[in-house]
Amino acid sequence: MQFPGRRKKLIGSSQNDLYDHCLQFYGQPPLENISLTEFETFAVERLKLLKTVENLGVSCVKNSEQYTKKLDAEISRISEYEKRRKDHISHFILRLAYCQTEDLRRWFIQQEMDLFRYRFNDLHSKHKTDFLHKNNLKYETVSAEEKKSLQDKLIASSYGLSGTKVEEHDVYKVPFQDALDLVRTRKVYLLAGNAYIPHHEIVTIVLNDFRTRLSKALAMTARSLPAVQSDERLQPLLSHLSHAYVGQDYSIQKNIGKISLEQIDALSGKSFPLCMRHLHKALRENHHLRHGGRMQYGLFLKGIGLSLEQALQFWRSEFVKGKVDADKFDKAYAYSVRHMFGKEGKRTDYTPYSCMKVILSNPPSQGDYHGCPFRHSDPELLKQKLQNYKVSPSGTNQILELVKGMHYQLACQKYFELTHNVEDAGFSLNHPNQYFTESQKLLSGGRDIKKEVDMSQRSQENPASVTRPSQANSKQIFLDEIQELSDPS
Amino acid sequence: MSTSDYDPACLPDLLPLYYRRLFPFSQYYRWLSYGGVSKNYFQNREFSFTLKDDIYVRYQSFTTQNELEKEMQKMVPYKIDIGAVYSHRPSQHNAVKSGTFQALEKELVFDIDMTDYDDVRRCCSAADICSKCWTLMTIAIRILDRALREDFGFHHLLWVYSGRRGVHCWVCDDAARKLSVAARSAVAEYLSLVKGGEETVRKVVLSDPIHPFINHSLSVVERYFQQYAIVDQDILGSKEIKFHNSLSVSYDLHFSCVSVKSNSKKGGQYFDKEIMLQYCYPRLDVNVSKGVNHLLKSPFSVHPKTGRISVPIDLKELDTFDPFEVPTISLICEELEKPRAEEAEEDDMKDKENEQEAGERRRIRDYKRTSLAKYVKVFDRFLEAMARSRKGEMLKKSGEIEKDSVFHIHLILAFTLQMD
Repeated sequence: MQFPGRRKKLIGSSQNDLYDHCLQFYGQPPLENISLTEFETFAVERLKLLKTVENLGVSCVKNSEQYTKKLDAEISRISEYEKRRKDHISHFILRLAYCQTEDLRRWFIQQEMDLFRYRFNDLHSKHKTDFLHKNNLKYETVSAEEKKSLQDKLIASSYGLSGTKVEEHDVYKVPFQDALDLVRTRKVYLLAGNAYIPHHEIVTIVLNDFRTRLSKALAMTARSLPAVQSDERLQPLLSHLSHAYVGQDYSIQKNIGKISLEQIDALSGKSFPLCMRHLHKALRENHHLRHGGRMQYGLFLKGIGLSLEQALQFWRSEFVKGKVDADKFDKAYAYSVRHMFGKEGKRTDYTPYSCMKVILSNPPSQGDYHGCPFRHSDPELLKQKLQNYKVSPSGTNQILELVKGMHYQLACQKYFELTHNVEDAGFSLNHPNQYFTESQKLLSGGRDIKKEVDMSQRSQENPASVTRPSQANSKQIFLDEIQELSDPS
Repeated sequence: MSTSDYDPACLPDLLPLYYRRLFPFSQYYRWLSYGGVSKNYFQNREFSFTLKDDIYVRYQSFTTQNELEKEMQKMVPYKIDIGAVYSHRPSQHNAVKSGTFQALEKELVFDIDMTDYDDVRRCCSAADICSKCWTLMTIAIRILDRALREDFGFHHLLWVYSGRRGVHCWVCDDAARKLSVAARSAVAEYLSLVKGGEETVRKVVLSDPIHPFINHSLSVVERYFQQYAIVDQDILGSKEIKFHNSLSVSYDLHFSCVSVKSNSKKGGQYFDKEIMLQYCYPRLDVNVSKGVNHLLKSPFSVHPKTGRISVPIDLKELDTFDPFEVPTISLICEELEKPRAEEAEEDDMKDKENEQEAGERRRIRDYKRTSLAKYVKVFDRFLEAMARSRKGEMLKKSGEIEKDSVFHIHLILAFTLQMD
């Protein structure tokens, strides 16, 4: 903290330099003093914004008109300078809160990238170029002759390119390693290891750069975190911020051993979400599951309360019925079950996959049964399956409509409502284990489980922190707001 | 038949012979050292062995070619896998501070496995292959080889027969070995067109505009489609293979193309192309290519179930490559035992002079007498090409390439001589 006294001093002369562009790469941390209140408020507001980005990213196609309009609406109107200053500071505060684990970092980077992309696309072309120059992204432009000779190929590979555009605007030649998002989706022309990027696509390249920088920065922040955490004013704040995202991750097993293996078949029909029901059925029928399926289903079972011994017994008994003998199971597959429970390798106690993870990563291919059926199955086959599971035709149609709109979690929620015969699920689905818990709660007609869940969350959030009497109230309000963020229902 | 009946029970006897006299250690070491440009590249490489009774050992590493040979001859691995080059010697990874032992580099690899095509081949399933479905591998190699060279700019690709039901590709360029996880996965995704599991009927979906990569791939598929799919697999004659419900598919022999009539009104202007791709386009496992630390079967290792050696494939003879002609370990061991010609006795005399070199020379003579010879030659040519390209790089780096690069090198030599 180098500047003594009043903040106002800073705003005066260097106002123009510090925030001369509405967008930045967050290369330099803020150097001013701010009050604790501002610290809290800024952080919570940005977190809210990032959560909105996340939700919009799931329910709308990113960068569609609908998406942009909705995001516009969320971003409040205050003075441009204030906005930029807040943006700068709040970003760095959240870095402190989200640098500690792999999962937190990944989430933070993803939302910050989506936000950045939205804001970059919003810029006028001239400002885009300004931004590139200011941040030292000088990429080679393709000569006119080369453009002409490759014209057809360029048009066929890039979205929104026409002959005139190719002639008039720059095309950049970028090593393919710097344009991975475009390469991955095959939305760019590749030749001899170079990606040929039209001017309007340069955002993807910029994003790559953004991601790399942020990722490195978070790693560095994590290393200097202990110094920050020793400040007792900040420590509880920061840990609450990161818990607001993680929330219930179902790795706390309060109900270990409450499920017996005999119950699983029945449970799969009553309380498993469709993805897990599908996996269970495939396992029973084929006496085998490939790696993706074993992970997704195995971790789910751990989350509903299977112990390591039970899990080993479960998988072994099934695989042995197939082509694997008991010895081979012990040698090859038992290791991976123990790994899931954190008993091997680097001993991470893996958490069951959330819906987001299942929907967005590791799509199934030939011979796989994992993934989200609403996302990954052919609509025809999904329809058949729902009919087999005795879902009414009108219900099936509602589900298919939601799937068409890419609202996979809502479709699953609908499936919950239809199979449990309730009008409203009463929760916002984002985790298969949450589906299971809610289902069991409904079926047993009890409130016990919910209370346990609430209690454990509260006990997590109240480390013995010294609360100053005069600030106790505002702190409580702050904590309540954080609580709301983690429990959208 | 050149198989010379292989019996897995003989492996314990055949493997020691193979590792003593036939495995091309010096070429293997030359490959993995990559010209000694990076320090400790070979020493920090992870190998994993599967020993008798399925005992699996990871984090094997060796300091010299000699040590590699001795260890392999001692442990007699049934399977050998190659992993990444790490920050420290893998055999000492436990002594390293937790978190600092990291996989740094590895070749970019691809694994094409015939089982992934089970839904579109009628002749075989699971681990079986035959000459009819082998064409799928030929198509896969042509498409991927072109893309990796022309689109991605890679030059040094080693294609290897896996020994049973597929092929592997090792992309060995400097740039390839340095790729991040994200980059590897992006390359694999770029090369993926067939998507979906059991639940998906229509696995290839094309829409405008068609990327040049897809067009290139289609032209390869078209070359083989009539013989492979229409004749050999007889896809139109089968009720087992599913088509999309609303389509009626036929093949026009005159124009050599698939003709599709659709009952439904939705999209589908590219149904004919989609069908050809669904039946023929390569299916790769992205997970194999993604990981920097992923372990893949080593070239020249033996497949315990079939006995076949994982041999490099010569792309110049790709259309005539026959997996059933690939030598088995029993065959080459048998060929080794055949009575030796007179010239061999002369060489024996020379051998007594220098034992170690003798060992190598003998080994070189040995494999040359077996069916393994031509495959080692393919490997040699591959290594030569890399060596030449390294030389080119070094010349570039040692200053600007001027017309008188030779003069330039003399200057450097003169300098260093003086400094001595």
